[in-house]
Amino acid sequence: MLRLTPEEEAMASGAHGKAAEKAMDLLIRYANALGAERFVETHNVAGVPGSAPQWLKDQYSQDGGDYRAVFCKFDLDADDVFDIPAMTGNACHLQGGMDPELWREQGYSREAFENAQSDEKKTAALNIKNLKTCTPYLAGNEPKFGEHCAWMESSAVVYCNSVLGARTNTEGRESTSAAMITHRVPDWGFHRDEFRLGNHLVEVAVSVNNIFEWGMLGYYIGEIVQEEIPVIDGAISNAGLAELKHFGAAAASSGGVEMYHLVGVTPEAPTREKAFGGNQIKSRIRYGADERRKTYDNLNIRGKSTDVDYVMLGCPHAAIDQIEEATRLLDGKKLNDGTALWIFTSRYVKAEAQAKGYVDIIKQAGGLVMTDTCSAIAQSVPKGTKVVALDSAKQTHYLPAFLGIEAWFGTTEDCIHAALTGKWRGELS
Amino acid sequence: MSAAELSKPIVIHGRGIVPGVAEAEALVTRETISGWGGVNPMKGEIIETRHELVGQSFAGKVLLFRGAKGSSGWSAIFHFARLAGTAPAAMLFVDMTAKAALGAVVTHAPTVTDFETDPFSVIETGDRVRVDGGRGIVEVWKQ
Repeated sequence: MLRLTPEEEAMASGAHGKAAEKAMDLLIRYANALGAERFVETHNVAGVPGSAPQWLKDQYSQDGGDYRAVFCKFDLDADDVFDIPAMTGNACHLQGGMDPELWREQGYSREAFENAQSDEKKTAALNIKNLKTCTPYLAGNEPKFGEHCAWMESSAVVYCNSVLGARTNTEGRESTSAAMITHRVPDWGFHRDEFRLGNHLVEVAVSVNNIFEWGMLGYYIGEIVQEEIPVIDGAISNAGLAELKHFGAAAASSGGVEMYHLVGVTPEAPTREKAFGGNQIKSRIRYGADERRKTYDNLNIRGKSTDVDYVMLGCPHAAIDQIEEATRLLDGKKLNDGTALWIFTSRYVKAEAQAKGYVDIIKQAGGLVMTDTCSAIAQSVPKGTKVVALDSAKQTHYLPAFLGIEAWFGTTEDCIHAALTGKWRGELS
Repeated sequence: MSAAELSKPIVIHGRGIVPGVAEAEALVTRETISGWGGVNPMKGEIIETRHELVGQSFAGKVLLFRGAKGSSGWSAIFHFARLAGTAPAAMLFVDMTAKAALGAVVTHAPTVTDFETDPFSVIETGDRVRVDGGRGIVEVWKQ
């Protein structure tokens, strides 16, 4: 039975305005569906508030067909339209829309660009930070240990819970928009101590030491544990920011992993015992040479032609050292005629890459560094793309399903080689 | 068996989480469903490459599935499906997650979870199913 505090009662009754009333109505329906007994306060919310392509606005043409109509009727699932107040907490907008400069290359019309620009101004006016990235934790929003958050973006959620030790469920567009207004989210799941303990033990028997290997390990584990919590122990090393970003993103795509523990690495897993905290170990999962091979083959199931016309890096959005690696591999070289290279990152990291000269070196080679979106989110690839090469297990999971194209998965080096030669030569060593 | 016995439904009790009553043919998968990237909301069709329902549509069906996985766009995709008229008539799932709960709420389709009997042991694709999301009652006519 859900219990409300006096302040929540006041919001639900309309005493704090129509937007808070409707936002609470949605959150109460959601909390009841979960079986939550109360709300927690959150002042760190990451979503995609109000922004919408024209076709979604057109759904609400009778209500003005604008940002406000989408925010009220879609985001808050309300039956009427009202003003949205400026946000008072730490609210940010994740990825979406298009690159603010390279939108033509991404295949957008001027109308679509102007629509996105208009939404961005509206978002900013509501005091929501336009981080425009799936990696808010690399762009100035790094919650502290134990902080209650309401985040969308499965790869950010798994990073937030596992690596930062902050607390969020995989929220959706509607719940995050409502949480920005009310500072409330159901006290359920990862907000609660007992929910954060491990369920499955994964023993890693082959060396996992770069984003390629970490991505495969995550992809393998996610498919087995689905939405439960794996505790990983064994031959894991170089668990740096980029590696954990790729690992979590992969596990959240093949399954629904929202939290994992790496024994001796992540903050809630100093030991195997602490990670399980008395939970029964539901299964022991081995990741050895056979499992690694099977995962590689699954990821490459949609690769047929070795003629690569597009290489996409930066899923989740590239960290600065990943752009640095690409720059080193491209420096002084030229891409194959007929093969495009797009590297996606946040505006924040792109500014850093520009300052270091990386964006120019990549451009001289024929590649582009883009922000705000990615090929899967935008469903945008260079015109005529039939075969793509990727270094992200997550992007490999999604992009071919969206666009019906062939895809190869390999190392960053395999991908850059394909960009330079037009040929895929990746294989599992 | 008499005609009366044949027309008597099997009843499963659970916890209703989205109110309303709907009756339709069942579409069943023991797998989890990915919303964003796993469903085309304009057609209500499963598009995930290695999913057992790939190419099939849940529009107007009673969708029994294990739970939600993948992107946080899950609720928005099912919300789009509602706007496009391709949402399931009702939803039944067993693994509770934030994605599945929010998705069911914004889809407005009668939804039941937390079953007393394993629904997969009773409901098969093609069965006639009536879902009462207010009372948490699922009636099944085997086909």
